[in-house]
Amino acid sequence: MKRRADQPEQPNRQDIEEVAGNGLLHRRALLGKGMAAGTLLGSTLGPLATGAAAEPLTEPQWGLEIGEDTPPYQSPSKFSQKVARTLSNPKFEPRSSIARTPHHLLEGSLTPNGLHFTINHTGIPQIDPGRHKLLIHGLVKRPLVFTLDALLRYPLHSRPAFVECGGNSAPLFSPKPIQSDLQALHGLSSCAEWTGVKLSILLDECGVDSSAKWFVAEGGDAPHLMRSVPISKGMDDAMIALYQNGEPLMPGNGFPMRLLLPGWEGNLNIKFLRRIKLVTDPAMTFWESQVYTEPMPKGKSYNFTFINEVKSFITRPSPGVDLKQPGLYELSGIAYSGKGKITKVMVSADGGKSWAEAALQGPIQSKAFTRFRLPWRWNGGPAILQSRAWDDQGAYQPTRAAFVAERGQLDREPPVTAFRNHHCNVITSWAVSSSGKVSHTYA
Amino acid sequence: MRKVLALLAFVMASPALAETPHLGQPVSAADMKAWDIDISRDGKWLPPGDGTAAQGAPIFAAKCAVCHGDGGRGTQASHKGQPAPPVLVSDVKFKPIDGSTTTIGNFWPYAPPLFGYIRAAMPWNEPRSLSDHEVYALTAYILAESKLIDPKLVLNAKTLPKVMMPNRNGFLARFPELMPK
Repeated sequence: MKRRADQPEQPNRQDIEEVAGNGLLHRRALLGKGMAAGTLLGSTLGPLATGAAAEPLTEPQWGLEIGEDTPPYQSPSKFSQKVARTLSNPKFEPRSSIARTPHHLLEGSLTPNGLHFTINHTGIPQIDPGRHKLLIHGLVKRPLVFTLDALLRYPLHSRPAFVECGGNSAPLFSPKPIQSDLQALHGLSSCAEWTGVKLSILLDECGVDSSAKWFVAEGGDAPHLMRSVPISKGMDDAMIALYQNGEPLMPGNGFPMRLLLPGWEGNLNIKFLRRIKLVTDPAMTFWESQVYTEPMPKGKSYNFTFINEVKSFITRPSPGVDLKQPGLYELSGIAYSGKGKITKVMVSADGGKSWAEAALQGPIQSKAFTRFRLPWRWNGGPAILQSRAWDDQGAYQPTRAAFVAERGQLDREPPVTAFRNHHCNVITSWAVSSSGKVSHTYA
Repeated sequence: MRKVLALLAFVMASPALAETPHLGQPVSAADMKAWDIDISRDGKWLPPGDGTAAQGAPIFAAKCAVCHGDGGRGTQASHKGQPAPPVLVSDVKFKPIDGSTTTIGNFWPYAPPLFGYIRAAMPWNEPRSLSDHEVYALTAYILAESKLIDPKLVLNAKTLPKVMMPNRNGFLARFPELMPK
């Protein structure tokens, strides 16, 4: 393996050691000391990549003319228009509107604000931030009303956090792998840096009565969506978020303020937050009595599934992001846990028979997306790609068999957009055919 | 002096003693009444007023059936599996694993939240437009159609909390360690 940079390149190099079956290479194979990555890359790809000479270089038109005017707020290049959310309700019929994040077209560990997933049940309210108010009342010594201007004078706190719908990955309850892309299967999870006021500061100012055990948080838009949250979360890392990736919250994400409960079920992170009431018991609202529950195989149902448990998926390649030719690729994916930090992601290219540890892109932060990557030499044969994540609380993703044994699976394939159950964090598997086409599979 | 500074630093770093802005405005119970619309699971904070299923039927037909279907039994509209206005009343039996078979009658553990939800969120295109009397009447109508109450029952703050829901004991907290004691 060791070779000085000035050593001559050897022909037909296939000598980067595989660390797991079907072509998985060491996570530092392309970064190792003394290895000229470019040389290795080129020589590993061989004649396929380097055989044809580049065409003569000419000056393209955009280098010969004046460009376009500068807009006050930038939009992506017109050539990036496919990097967009998919919409569940484009004609805005009287039902929820769901927009999913295109993970297969993104990189890094933060979701751009325009591409953050959103679910809005009665449209997106147009809230005047100067007139919006937040009321904290119930079992407190001093019920108080806070304006946005007032909150902006509080000590602000920034942190990355993913927000994930409890229904993300619900298609994986199907008994057969639904043939859809990553956006349809796992697009209801996004990660942003949120800035706001710690809820504990405001609760302290109100003076929480010792009889209060829960708070009910309510949104100010048409559904007046209410969820019940244990006070312990409110005093821990809950935040009234005002900024998203550095700018005021997007309208679909709760402008001008939302509750952020890092790591917890998306629906609990009440958008357009206008009221927090301290109470003794959970309210058992529609959302916690019916929608966000998990019917179990034996007839009982889970409720209060607060935490989004550890999950990962490979974003590239993935269905629709196919392979063009055998050779060296970098597998890339996202891992996160609602309990803490990601400590390890293992990747398999042979359907789980053997595993290699992926490189984790730092800084690794609690309850936030962690990007993982691993070099892979595809030999042109069939492969099944999987990733499996571990967190610092000792939790790890279940195999599909283990998950189904506990939580069950549907007896028929549902529509990919349906939410027949929630909180599925099984290992996701992509099948690569010998033509390079990637499809969803179970393994 | 150094000791004093160290002590001072300790005091200032201690969050319990940290100075906070205190910019919340006091508000009286009367002034927050318009927003104080949640209903506890056991019916605390239910407002005065009452209603019956017979009173609810024409309101439902006029304001709710367009999305939820006649009698709350769903519409023919196809949403291709997308989340849509739910079927409220159905004879379908709850089937394990499949959340699409849940209804108010076979699933909800408490009855008062039904009043709370209608009052806060419905009708979809005109939330908060119903009087408390109308909300009681609609709640009575849905519970009666679901065969959970006598159709003649006058629903109010006293009678609604007494409605027993069949699936009351059908739930397990997924994270018992996080449930307040």
